[in-house]
Amino acid sequence: MNDLPSSAELEALRLSLEVAVRSVGFSLPLAVLVAWILTRARFPGRMLFDVFVHLPMVLPPVAVGYTLLMLFGARGPIGEWLRAHFGIELAFTTAGAALATAVMTFPLMVRAIRLSLEDVDRGLEEAARTLGAAPVDRFVSITLPLMLPGILAGAVTAFAAGLGEFGAVITFASNIPGVTRTLPLALYTAMQSPTGDTLALRLAVLSFGLGLLGLLASEVLVRRVRRLLGR
Amino acid sequence: MLRVSVVRNRPAFLLEATFAAPTPGIIALFGRSGSGKTTLVNIISGLLAPDAGEVRLDDEVLTDTRAGIAVPVERRRIGYVFQDARLFPHRTVNGNLRYGEKRARGAPQIIGFDEVVSLLGLAQLLQRRPRQLSGGERQRVSLGRALLSQPRLLLLDEPLASLDAARREEVLPYLEALRDRLAIPMVYVSHQFDEVLRLATHVVLLEAGKVLAQGPVNDVSLRPELQSIVGPDLVGAVLEGVVTRLDPQHGSADLAVGTGTLQVSLRDTPLGSRVRLQLLARDVILATQPVQGLSVRNALASTVISISNDDYGAVLVQLDVGGGEIVLARITHSALKALNLRPGDAVWTLVKAVSTRGHAFRLASDPPGKC
Repeated sequence: MNDLPSSAELEALRLSLEVAVRSVGFSLPLAVLVAWILTRARFPGRMLFDVFVHLPMVLPPVAVGYTLLMLFGARGPIGEWLRAHFGIELAFTTAGAALATAVMTFPLMVRAIRLSLEDVDRGLEEAARTLGAAPVDRFVSITLPLMLPGILAGAVTAFAAGLGEFGAVITFASNIPGVTRTLPLALYTAMQSPTGDTLALRLAVLSFGLGLLGLLASEVLVRRVRRLLGR
Repeated sequence: MLRVSVVRNRPAFLLEATFAAPTPGIIALFGRSGSGKTTLVNIISGLLAPDAGEVRLDDEVLTDTRAGIAVPVERRRIGYVFQDARLFPHRTVNGNLRYGEKRARGAPQIIGFDEVVSLLGLAQLLQRRPRQLSGGERQRVSLGRALLSQPRLLLLDEPLASLDAARREEVLPYLEALRDRLAIPMVYVSHQFDEVLRLATHVVLLEAGKVLAQGPVNDVSLRPELQSIVGPDLVGAVLEGVVTRLDPQHGSADLAVGTGTLQVSLRDTPLGSRVRLQLLARDVILATQPVQGLSVRNALASTVISISNDDYGAVLVQLDVGGGEIVLARITHSALKALNLRPGDAVWTLVKAVSTRGHAFRLASDPPGKC
């Protein structure tokens, strides 16, 4: 591996991107739903649900990875069921890395979306109602477009954060080259190797660059969309 | 006919309102802010539910708490023009107008897109975003959007309240045009009596959640309850007349009112049009003998109907100026004493032509004419 540093870098980069994309793809629809529930729905135990959703933010990532292993591992209740019925294996796979990443970045995404939903003027939804729009129609034609800046911000932030998820991924999906060895895992591995100094430096710089690019892109995107929405 | 009879009880506010008003026409809900006008309109629209009561439009029950009926807002086909317009910021003016139109397919068409655009003067605005519009333009778009949802009833909640005088003048003529050309019944919420005077056919007077009085504008204009809302200076009888003679050079016109004729200052109103005007009680002068050498243009032979104290230390005199047309005069106690007026007395009612406030007024149900 050390004789082909550039290919290891590229592989880690490709894996990181794949994991981040898949994780955002998983969690985005769910995050919109959860944000909607947390903002608009009134039910007993709402606060508990709120806390539960935000739990990954304060838990050690390793604990999250461990919990996922317990639930989705080959012998975990959900993991076993998934394998028996759909032939899906999550532990120690790229999809598993994406799941761990999704769980870790989920609160970040929900927060951004929720803020934008709280910003949506209920009066506009009322106006849509008087114009004959039923609930789903109202959500799709008014609420969702007005939430778009938050949804985009949430998605891009979660994507950027997902590129670098370490603890939960390594615990749940392990550190398998070409399968789950994403950028941070490759960086960690290089640091452990006596000859990996240059590779580690290059991976670190790459990580910085990606993070910077991600946040900048998010800013630009959100501004554009806001203008498009007439804010 | 719009029939409303509802109760809504909240710790801070009790609304207990019952009224029935003929449709089509403009029903004004008139009262001070906080009198429950917006709550009432929201109940009619279905956005708020009453604790008890019913709302009926013509033969259809929209709300009936006893029968458990509450037609959802989106199926009521009641247009709503909000005080703050509430245009969708992510859509152009065109997109806003089309929003309701698209969802009204299948409903009987009252008005088409092109007609709304020309009636409200929106052609230049279609590609703009709501934030690029002035306050008056926003309200016109909001009005157009509501109209294109082909409503059976249009609710207007103080659509002019957030506009300055010039901007209000930008919207009022459009509202008059709507009233005169379309047969859509409207409920118009206002706390400005001049708006009511210009637009309404029926007035419901609201105060602290209760209906104080209701009826045609000229009837309600005579009610003593009105004075507590508009104040002593704006009390005055509302009369309706037809233009029988025009003097455009001097900006005056003759109106046939009841059995008499009233000379008023009026411009740009063609012969034969119906005009509604208010004679402010404080501007009306009474004389027990014919007078000469005065600049006053109108001296109407009249009969005193009643005399009552108003809440502001003066006296309100009701006069029949002929043919059952009633005028109010506000005079001081000392004037009353000096003239020694009693109900049934014959007096001259003097009205300056320039102290009248007239507006051309025509209903969709009136025979067509130039207006």
